[in-house]
Amino acid sequence: MAMTRARAPWWLVAPAALAAVVALLPIWYLVARAGSPAAVADVLLTPATARLTLRSLLLAALVTVLATAIGVAAAWLLARTDLPGRPGWQVALVLPLAVPSYIGAFVWIEAFPALAGLSGAVLVLTLATFPFVLLPVLAALQRVDPALEEVAASLGHGRLAVARLVTVPAVRPSVAAGALLVALYVLSDFGAVALMRYEVFTWVIYGAYRSGYDPTRAAVLSLLLVVIALVLVVLEGRARGRASARIGAGVAREGRVVHLGAARVPAVLGLAAVVTAGVVVPSVSIVGWVLTGSAGALDLGEFGQALLASVRLALLAAAACVALAVPVGVLAARWPGRTARLLERATWTGHALPGIVVAIAMVFVGVKLLRPIYQQTPLLVLAYVVLFLPLAVGAVRTAVEASPVRAEEVARSLGQSPLGVLRRVTLPQAAPGIAAGAVLVLLTTMKELPVTLLLHPTGTETLATALWDHMLVSDRAGAAPYAALIVLGAALPAVLLGRMGRLGGRPAPPVRAADALVLEGSRP
Amino acid sequence: MTAVLDAAAPARPLAAVPALRLRGLFRAFGATPVLAGVDLDVPQGGVVALVGPSGCGKTTLVRLVAGFDAPDAGVIALAGREVVGPRGTVVPERRRVGVVPQEGALFSHLDVAGNVGFGLARRGRTGEGRTRVAHLLDLVDLAGLGGRRPDQLSGGQQQRVAVARALAPAPDLVLLDEPFSALDASLRVSVRDAVMAALRAEAASVLLVTHDQDEALGVADLVAVMLDGRIAQVGTPADVYARPVSAAVARFLGEAVLLPGLADGVVVRCALGILPLASPAHGSVTVLLRPEQLALAPSDGSTPSAGPVAGPVAGPVATTDAATDAAIAAVQAGVPVHAGVEAVAFHGHDALVSLRAADGLPLQARSLAGWLPRPGDRVAVRVRGSAWPLPA
Repeated sequence: MAMTRARAPWWLVAPAALAAVVALLPIWYLVARAGSPAAVADVLLTPATARLTLRSLLLAALVTVLATAIGVAAAWLLARTDLPGRPGWQVALVLPLAVPSYIGAFVWIEAFPALAGLSGAVLVLTLATFPFVLLPVLAALQRVDPALEEVAASLGHGRLAVARLVTVPAVRPSVAAGALLVALYVLSDFGAVALMRYEVFTWVIYGAYRSGYDPTRAAVLSLLLVVIALVLVVLEGRARGRASARIGAGVAREGRVVHLGAARVPAVLGLAAVVTAGVVVPSVSIVGWVLTGSAGALDLGEFGQALLASVRLALLAAAACVALAVPVGVLAARWPGRTARLLERATWTGHALPGIVVAIAMVFVGVKLLRPIYQQTPLLVLAYVVLFLPLAVGAVRTAVEASPVRAEEVARSLGQSPLGVLRRVTLPQAAPGIAAGAVLVLLTTMKELPVTLLLHPTGTETLATALWDHMLVSDRAGAAPYAALIVLGAALPAVLLGRMGRLGGRPAPPVRAADALVLEGSRP
Repeated sequence: MTAVLDAAAPARPLAAVPALRLRGLFRAFGATPVLAGVDLDVPQGGVVALVGPSGCGKTTLVRLVAGFDAPDAGVIALAGREVVGPRGTVVPERRRVGVVPQEGALFSHLDVAGNVGFGLARRGRTGEGRTRVAHLLDLVDLAGLGGRRPDQLSGGQQQRVAVARALAPAPDLVLLDEPFSALDASLRVSVRDAVMAALRAEAASVLLVTHDQDEALGVADLVAVMLDGRIAQVGTPADVYARPVSAAVARFLGEAVLLPGLADGVVVRCALGILPLASPAHGSVTVLLRPEQLALAPSDGSTPSAGPVAGPVAGPVATTDAATDAAIAAVQAGVPVHAGVEAVAFHGHDALVSLRAADGLPLQARSLAGWLPRPGDRVAVRVRGSAWPLPA
């Protein structure tokens, strides 16, 4: 019902504003660093930049088309056909999310060195991203009320006409949102293109920073990449908004099942090929390297220290993200208004920023603004916060929205101040959802590569940086234990959320889970 | 006004300072006025049922009293303390109002005892608090369930915990917002009886909001009927049922037979003949009869087995005019009106018979007797008791 609410309390607005400032820090600094329009034009208006842009867009387009085709086909097979072993396929098809693209790239290029270049990048990134299309489309297909299709059929429309009139319109926004997320991922990816030696924005920005240290070029190219990414984010947000709108609850039951008949053989073979390439090949290779690696290849002390450093950094990042996300998420859920909307949008900046861009920006910030913490843990954690704050804000907001506002009102009547209600009712009731958000941030931080690579404290190796060092010198046996641990850590949320989204479950959780998983996985 | 139907006496003596006093409460959402000047008192220790159709502003009123929303104008006083008015607004946590929402809204992260003790000092973890929690759980028949989690309780149990939680700090007023409407019909009455008994045992002052007129008439000391953002009438259940101020109130509180009539002092002439009036009136009126006042008999001219049915149930009508007495005597001797049966809604314990009189007038009769007419039958209709005059 309509109601007026008191203005949001300052003790929520102030920390939420701090979170927004932190999230906007890199953008602000990049703009400042890029310098005068003339200097920007110098970098932008060159044939090299044009070629770079074309190469990046070509890779994004190829991967988006392929990943969308695989994702939609797999979703349809899972949702609407008598494909044998569907629950198992559903989990298996989500598992590629657990293989970070840089690990997938390493495995494939070690096996087939000829893949280096565009073809290898397309292969690895397609395998890494098709679940971003599969999950929302599957959720949309399961959400289409079968009664709608039955009514359309009863009104005299044939099967193809029903698909055209009912099913396709219901699913189209989810396809669009998933496809745009794929494109965003490809533009942000650093590890796979670097290992495949295919020059796109992220790789060139890294080079500009690494060799010769050309800060203006790095900043300008970063801004160009951010502008392209922002366009994708805005489009994706629109598509996602349309995807979540629906009329009426409908009944949770399965729609008409298509009998595949003889077509089940190519269907199963196709899915098997995708799962083999996306999951089986990487995991079998890694396990093989672990087993065949000579005992001396693994420095246990080094490995343990890297693990400890990773866990410590991930815990810090998760704690900092949740601490800043709570005021933003509570504000967005309980005091919706212009202030809350602006602050929440600001914290979502990280969603549009490729990791390498955040890393470069934070390097500038560290050198110019926060010299004492440059190449120190706090600056790295700050960069993680910029990247992963959207995950935590989304989790907090969803959890607070799910906790009943009536209970908070009752608590007021029972003598609690607004702050007391937050402490004694809102946060305890939302605790499971907030904890899930913290775990997502934790696991995502563990596998993060570009920011960690550029900003890790001098002398400290993490799982990702140690793995990267081994990968750069093609040290399979040395890389294997690190890769195995990172894949296992990334597999946790994938398996968990894949199970939640299994067929026959209630429709609401898979939708939520798909959203969370897509967001989580969308960080290369 | 002569007492044909006795107004039920209040259940207990009422103190002078009301637990809740509302004066001139206005609230609009955008251009839509929801409360258009509400005046209402809840006496100390009294149970007032606020009843009205969906969307009449009941829930808004509850939210204003609890402090979850602020009125555009008006005064709210709790136990003599002004909490909303010219001198400012008191925040919800200082109003000493217990709230029981429709869906209970228990704290899912606390067990039952934690919920009940939430409003007590140190949230009920003192020795005194524990005693109070145990006492209240006993009061709502949930003794020993303090360690359960809310999701382990049935809907009715959850609602009783919500009531115990609201009662724990001994609030000046308890607000119940449709507290039983989410429950299954089979549970509703037993939960309601348990809750009302607990509220009475704590001598709580209660404002019970409901859209269910049977619930309001059945449990409250006073019923306030709310229509279109105003309190249309306040009175004892018997009073508002038998003596509504308007046809709208009459219709809301139960099935009503409304007929145009011409009143002449203590009698009125209408399509059902000349009927005694429960309150003198003159000129054009709308005559209110309840379906249970219409007795039906087979229309074949034979005397119905139920015996003579005409005549006031509550004794002879007291008048001073011999001529009127004669007229009433004629009515009481009873020439029945004949009507056709259109539909019969059988309810088990009784049946509601829809009729149409010769001149097309719709009538409703509640039939308790063993004899039931069938659609298409012609029946004789006689009126029991006196009619209530409403403005034409």
